[in-house]
Amino acid sequence: MSNWPWLSLVTFVPLAGALFILSIRGEAEVVDRNSRYVALWTSLITFVLSLALWFGFERGTADYQFVEKADWIPSLGVTYHMGIDGISMPFVLLSTLLTPLCVLASWDAIKHRVKEYMIAFLVLETLMVGMFCALDFVLFYIFFEGVLIPMFLIIGIWGGPRRVYSAFKFFLYTLAGSVLMLLAIIALYFQAGTTDIPTISATAIPAGLQIWLWLAFFASFAVKVPMWPVHTWLPDAHVEAPTAGSVILAGVLLKMGAYGFLRFNLPILPIASEFFAPFVFTLSVIAIIYTSLVALAQEDMKKLIAYSSVAHMGYVTIGIFVVNQQGLEGAIFQMLSHGIVSAALFLCVGVVYDRLHTREIDRYGGLAQNMPRYALVFMVFMLASVGLPGTSGFVGEFLVIMGAFQASTWVALLTASGMVLGAAYMLVLYRRVIFGALTKKDLSAMFDMNLREKLVFAPLIVLAIFFGIYPLPLFDVMSASVANLVENYELALAAQEGTSLAQIWTGR
Amino acid sequence: MNILADIFIALPEVFLALSAIVLLMIGVFRGESSTRLVLSLSVVALVATAALLVIGPRDEAVAFQGLFVNDGFARFVKLLVLIGAALTTAMSARYIESEGMARFEFPVLLVFATLGMLLMVSANDLMSLYVGLELMSLSLYVVAAFRRDTLRSSEAGLKYFVLGALSSGMLLYGISMIYGFAGTTSFALLSDVFAESKQAGEAVSVGLVVGLVFLAAGLAFKISAVPFHMWTPDVYEGAPTPVTAFFAAAPKLAAMALFVRVMMGPFGDLTDQWRQIIVFISIASMVLGAFAAIGQRNIKRLMAYSSIGNMGYALVGLAAGTEAGVRGVLVYMAVYLFMTIGTFVCILSMRQKGRLVEEIDDLKGLSRTNPLMALALGIFMFSMAGIPPLAGFFSKLYVFLAAIDAELYTLAIIGVLSSVVGAFYYLRIVKLMYFDEAGDAFDRPIGNEMAVILAVTSVITLFFFILPGPIVDGASLAAQTFFPASG
Repeated sequence: MSNWPWLSLVTFVPLAGALFILSIRGEAEVVDRNSRYVALWTSLITFVLSLALWFGFERGTADYQFVEKADWIPSLGVTYHMGIDGISMPFVLLSTLLTPLCVLASWDAIKHRVKEYMIAFLVLETLMVGMFCALDFVLFYIFFEGVLIPMFLIIGIWGGPRRVYSAFKFFLYTLAGSVLMLLAIIALYFQAGTTDIPTISATAIPAGLQIWLWLAFFASFAVKVPMWPVHTWLPDAHVEAPTAGSVILAGVLLKMGAYGFLRFNLPILPIASEFFAPFVFTLSVIAIIYTSLVALAQEDMKKLIAYSSVAHMGYVTIGIFVVNQQGLEGAIFQMLSHGIVSAALFLCVGVVYDRLHTREIDRYGGLAQNMPRYALVFMVFMLASVGLPGTSGFVGEFLVIMGAFQASTWVALLTASGMVLGAAYMLVLYRRVIFGALTKKDLSAMFDMNLREKLVFAPLIVLAIFFGIYPLPLFDVMSASVANLVENYELALAAQEGTSLAQIWTGR
Repeated sequence: MNILADIFIALPEVFLALSAIVLLMIGVFRGESSTRLVLSLSVVALVATAALLVIGPRDEAVAFQGLFVNDGFARFVKLLVLIGAALTTAMSARYIESEGMARFEFPVLLVFATLGMLLMVSANDLMSLYVGLELMSLSLYVVAAFRRDTLRSSEAGLKYFVLGALSSGMLLYGISMIYGFAGTTSFALLSDVFAESKQAGEAVSVGLVVGLVFLAAGLAFKISAVPFHMWTPDVYEGAPTPVTAFFAAAPKLAAMALFVRVMMGPFGDLTDQWRQIIVFISIASMVLGAFAAIGQRNIKRLMAYSSIGNMGYALVGLAAGTEAGVRGVLVYMAVYLFMTIGTFVCILSMRQKGRLVEEIDDLKGLSRTNPLMALALGIFMFSMAGIPPLAGFFSKLYVFLAAIDAELYTLAIIGVLSSVVGAFYYLRIVKLMYFDEAGDAFDRPIGNEMAVILAVTSVITLFFFILPGPIVDGASLAAQTFFPASG
């Protein structure tokens, strides 16, 4: 069993499902129904397959596991190199978990062009999983950029009224950042003579070059995270995307940028990472405080959650760039937690949007009375988003602040202030939607959640609470990789001692 | 030198020339009714020439007193040129019948143009270069104006002819300057002259550089690089659509190959002198191609600006002036050839109630009315925008790889950023097809030959990443021609 190409299986089973859906012919109604079921089963099978990664994963080592390697473009030395370590493995599972939930969540919400929709989602899953598994730069870039195509179509075809604008903005913003990364990848190729990521990570890059490469990578990942001030595509994309599109966007795509920081900026460009850390802290603190305030003023539920995502990703970037065990573990945990919680929050919005077809907060109120189950589910995720102890949101934020304290008290203080603001806007949202008098007629006619919706939320609730109370399984998986990352980072900085980067930077 | 040996080396060209004459005779003796036959036979002749090329000798050989060379580079490019010419000729079959331009001269002229392309790719002397180039150009002037009863077509032909003649004049002037200062027109001798003067540390004479500039300007006109691009949008729009498709594919490729051969061959030691010219026209083409296309409503004009931009990207590889650069150009042009042909199949299929339409708005809602064609055109658009995993991404990867290797960072950064701008108008076509409500459907069926060409080109574009070997390795081998030491 251990010789099976598990990663390729998990990556390409969804693609096979997409091809199968493509071949479905017949009456429109039958095609729609079959597409839904094929997509659901394919994504469920993929999830079960990916569980093998969780159980077969050897804890306590920083080595890449389930490695597959094959020649691909020999003239460039590009290989098909897949493998996961403690950092990427949980994200593979997050992607495979969210996709079947998205299919379920879109079951009734998507009424036209169901076939194409399901194909887009399965292709998207292949690209997301492949991106987290890729250990070759060209392969990584293909998955990373390829994601744009299905996401562009999902927003543009099944989105809201301003979908075209949002789809273009999403695509062009991300592309503009990514092409610079492509040049950086090429430059790294000429430095190291290979596109193999582990090999490049072990190569020392000259300090002067690191600065430029770091900026190029940063341009790409900062847009993807998104960091202030290049976050403006996110609220638009979230608002216009269909519910499941928002779920994937918040749940997985935002993690791609932070994953890029973890996988490339820190290990490959440690000197520049240290040099730019204060810069990242500044942007992140601004993101946390500013976007929290912006979120307070929102009238659109999805927009509010979108801004909260920017703020939460601010914690992640701070945790990454303090580069210590707590900070990094906190950042990764926060990413996973946010992947579950924000995805669930978007699904919560989707539930009421499917019934009333508006996301305006003022149109709601008093839902606790006729939708008690919904109110409960919403409350759990709202509190997890706020970071209440006992939910997964708390663990990540707490560790990040702990890590930040070791780097700078000020950063920690300002970061912590974001938690207060976060509580403010989430509680306000919850109060306005759930509590109060049920005065609006159309609201009182709304049904509580049906079985399908309960099925969607059940795994997310379990995970959000389980990892809030007992986060150890996740730390078991990631701690060795994180320790290895921190160790190499400090070694690289120690080796550089004597030639201060500031001198190199100003001396030129 | 034995004349038979010479003919053997140039066998594909000789065969194609004879076929063209035979085809002309068939047409003359059998009259107008033979158009379909002549066209089919033209495609057969082009394919047969490609077959002769493939089974022919693989070693480098010079023929006709050094005027003609058959090397790895020439073989690779000629094969692509013949594929492009054969496909675009086949694509024109339906059009010429439905638009009343079914004359047997049309396919014959295309074959002659292709012959000119083969000759210029194999040129080993400034004189044979010019002869090949003119054979191609003169044939193309005529086909551009082939619908002589319509104003736009004759205008396109006239414009192309006048501006083309001007560029030929510049080219000849440059050649005469080079001959005057170097004393020879042979590529081999020129190369020796420059190598010697480089070893002796002598500066290149100003007259030679001026001649080189004129030569480059003439060639830049043929590939429609900025600032010699003005003819392209008008000719693309005005010429009959299959002619535009033909223009966009094979002649572009042949002219680009000629550009590479001239710059890398005889002037390979003058890289410092010509690099800044290439860098400039490359940047200008990429930027203008990206920005000017945004405002276009006519899909043929849009493709004209797109081709200007694409030439800019291909020139990035030439600007590097290295083996990796030449490989980049060849990979880029090969991928461009397939994407363009596929796109033009779609454009040729844009018919509503028997009438051709050319506005991009006519593509609205194509994903509902003709999902497969929309899918194919979507693949081409994403590919031209350079989004992985499609072929267009790899072609850009190879040219930028060469540019970074040659430390042309500014060029590379401007290049990738203008590709983002370019992505906008490619995406707009995707938007029209997928996001907008359906308009009038296009006529179906589009025809067997069209469907096959569309399927083949879109499969090549989509699945290039699985097996990039044939094109990339072929380009690598071809690129070694100019760098014998490393091969």
